[in-house]
Amino acid sequence: MATTSSAVSRSVPLRWRSSLEPILLPFGALLASLLIFGLFCAMAGANPFAVYGSIYRAAFGSWFSWQNTLQRAAPLMLTSLCTILPARMGLVIIGNEGALVMGGVAAVAMGLWAGSLAPPVVVFLMALAGMVAGGLWIMVVGALRHYRGVNETISSLLMNHIAIALMNHWVGGPLRDPSFLSKPSSFAIDEANMLGRLWGTRIHFGLVYGIVACLVAYVLIQHTTLGFSVRIIGGNPKVARMVGIAVGKLTLLITFLAGSCAGLAGMVEVAAVHGRANESLTVGYGYSGVLVAFVARQNPAAAVAMAILLGGILASGSILQRSHNLPDATVLVFQGIVFLLILYSESLYGRFDFFRDREPSEPA
Amino acid sequence: MSRPLFRHLYTRRQLLRSGAAAAAITLTSQLWRAQAQNKKEITIGFIYVGPKDDFGWNQAHAEGKVGLSSLTWVKTVEEENVPETVAVEETMRAMIEQDGATVLFPTSFGYYDPHILRVAKEYPEVQFFHAGGLYIEGVHPKNVGSYFGYLDEGHYINGVLAGSMTKSNRLGFIAAKPIPIVLRNINSFTLGAKSVNPNITTQVIFTGDWALPVKEAEAANSMADQGIDVLTCHVDSPKIVIETAERRGLMSCGHNTSQAALAPKGYLTGAEYNWTSVYTQLAEAIQAGKTLMNGGIPHLIRGGIKEKFIKTSPWGPAASDEAKKAGEAALAQLQAGSLVIYKGPLKDNTGKEVIPAGVEYGQRAIELESMDYLVEGVIGSISS
Repeated sequence: MATTSSAVSRSVPLRWRSSLEPILLPFGALLASLLIFGLFCAMAGANPFAVYGSIYRAAFGSWFSWQNTLQRAAPLMLTSLCTILPARMGLVIIGNEGALVMGGVAAVAMGLWAGSLAPPVVVFLMALAGMVAGGLWIMVVGALRHYRGVNETISSLLMNHIAIALMNHWVGGPLRDPSFLSKPSSFAIDEANMLGRLWGTRIHFGLVYGIVACLVAYVLIQHTTLGFSVRIIGGNPKVARMVGIAVGKLTLLITFLAGSCAGLAGMVEVAAVHGRANESLTVGYGYSGVLVAFVARQNPAAAVAMAILLGGILASGSILQRSHNLPDATVLVFQGIVFLLILYSESLYGRFDFFRDREPSEPA
Repeated sequence: MSRPLFRHLYTRRQLLRSGAAAAAITLTSQLWRAQAQNKKEITIGFIYVGPKDDFGWNQAHAEGKVGLSSLTWVKTVEEENVPETVAVEETMRAMIEQDGATVLFPTSFGYYDPHILRVAKEYPEVQFFHAGGLYIEGVHPKNVGSYFGYLDEGHYINGVLAGSMTKSNRLGFIAAKPIPIVLRNINSFTLGAKSVNPNITTQVIFTGDWALPVKEAEAANSMADQGIDVLTCHVDSPKIVIETAERRGLMSCGHNTSQAALAPKGYLTGAEYNWTSVYTQLAEAIQAGKTLMNGGIPHLIRGGIKEKFIKTSPWGPAASDEAKKAGEAALAQLQAGSLVIYKGPLKDNTGKEVIPAGVEYGQRAIELESMDYLVEGVIGSISS
């Protein structure tokens, strides 16, 4: 690998090469995982090429499938930010599910309480309630970490269970709609206050929230002094303290922002999909968000792409069952292979000369 | 490793069925060919919330779907493990758009509101059948219908067998949640047992949710420790309860589908949904041009043993001849429609009279749908 063929090397402008690395490496990992998954399919008795074709058609092959994929990706963008933002300051937080649940319940409560106001106001208040609830929830984790030295990964994980138990209590007790028989659920917010769909599609507005949140987070982390301070803390907290960065305040702020993204995901699920809070909030969007965050290498902009990739894989699970008679777990196998290889490819950064920035005069 | 094993079982079952179908076709091939030509193909989609080999609710529906393979003009597609989120909406849309399904059976109770209702509005020409009784006339779209079986009649038969066989006079019922349809099964089981053995009691434990395998196992073990000798349950998958009962040497009665294979020694019988019969009836009605929209198919379809919505597992090896005879007698009465399970005077287990003397609530009585009590003889409380 040390000396790549010079003809290829020269055909790519040298200054682009370092930016190609984070694109080509995951892409290569994706191709490699398709190869391994193909072997798996062949062993399961399906034609790998037909399966590839189906996955593509089901996930990205038409506008119909794109809508399917994007709908599944929307909540993952928001939940992934709950892990990404604190990760940049060196905290590993996996309380996304809990923050999502708290956000969902708070949004419903707000939607019921303020339901008679003008719909745009109600939607704004619901989003605000969801973000504040989710934000405070994860801020507790940040505070425990900063003031008491409690491990943030464990505490955020355990707080997921507390959040789910609280939701079950609320939707089974004080907020319960006795006339709704499917499962214990809160009262429904008014149809008029639900989030609409994007023009002419079946995709709800949650997708816009997700993309905007990821882009805002990207700018915040990469292009502001605040983001710079956060990254310094992530690099070395002691140095950050020595140069006078308010580590405590920033920890609370970032964990609040992280939680508020997951809380917003809960609000979107409630206001765009279910209309109520119930156990359907806890289907694992939070945990999938952790996955997206790590695969996106804690980069908020890359999280958009990775959420869409995961959404596409989930969307194709359907067709593997229906057209190829493969068991449901097949899609999990595929997802596992893809993400393992993408994570593994991280260890290859800097290992290929090809991606190194060089002076044009320097020989290859 | 259990999954591949069950899949094999499945294929074998399918093979047997298709073998039988092939034989039938050869015998009557001329006749069949003539008929097949004027029948249009119908694509039906089935969606399950869990695995289709769960020995429970999902498997019962998946078996109903396999049963449809005897109709040559029906094409089926299915998908398992579909959560109650946008995922099920997308699956429904994909089945309609990509597979050409015109009839859908999304079988989980929680799919109905808002998911089925939302997609049904988008595709008014596609028919959606949902297991449950949630359809509201005039509010929900016309292309949605509910079907349901009175499984408590099967649990009544379970009770008759259990009451005849028990030595300790103590029966156990492991249930998910204290909601009307579950309470009705517990009560019918107890009343069935009391009809042959007035001394029995039924200990009930609510686990709190539909699929909590660890709690179900704990409950089953603690019942075995207490000297209870017949177990049954109402949870999504009875697999754990029945297996634990078998391991502890207890007798057991099934729920949703047959668990005879899990309890080769202690199985008495089981309350099973007969979805094959229901789905075949519906497919034939649709083939004949009847739809929910034109009123040919009613929006609420219900039935019990008499209507072939419910069946009982073949008597298991543990059942004595006497117990089988008692079971046959009760079954015959239910088949004839002459047995009323809920009749006054009936007290609940706190001593309050819930059905006054002289009053009878038949299978379809609306009063039974909001049941909020446990009958006398049940040990347990719905507020626990």
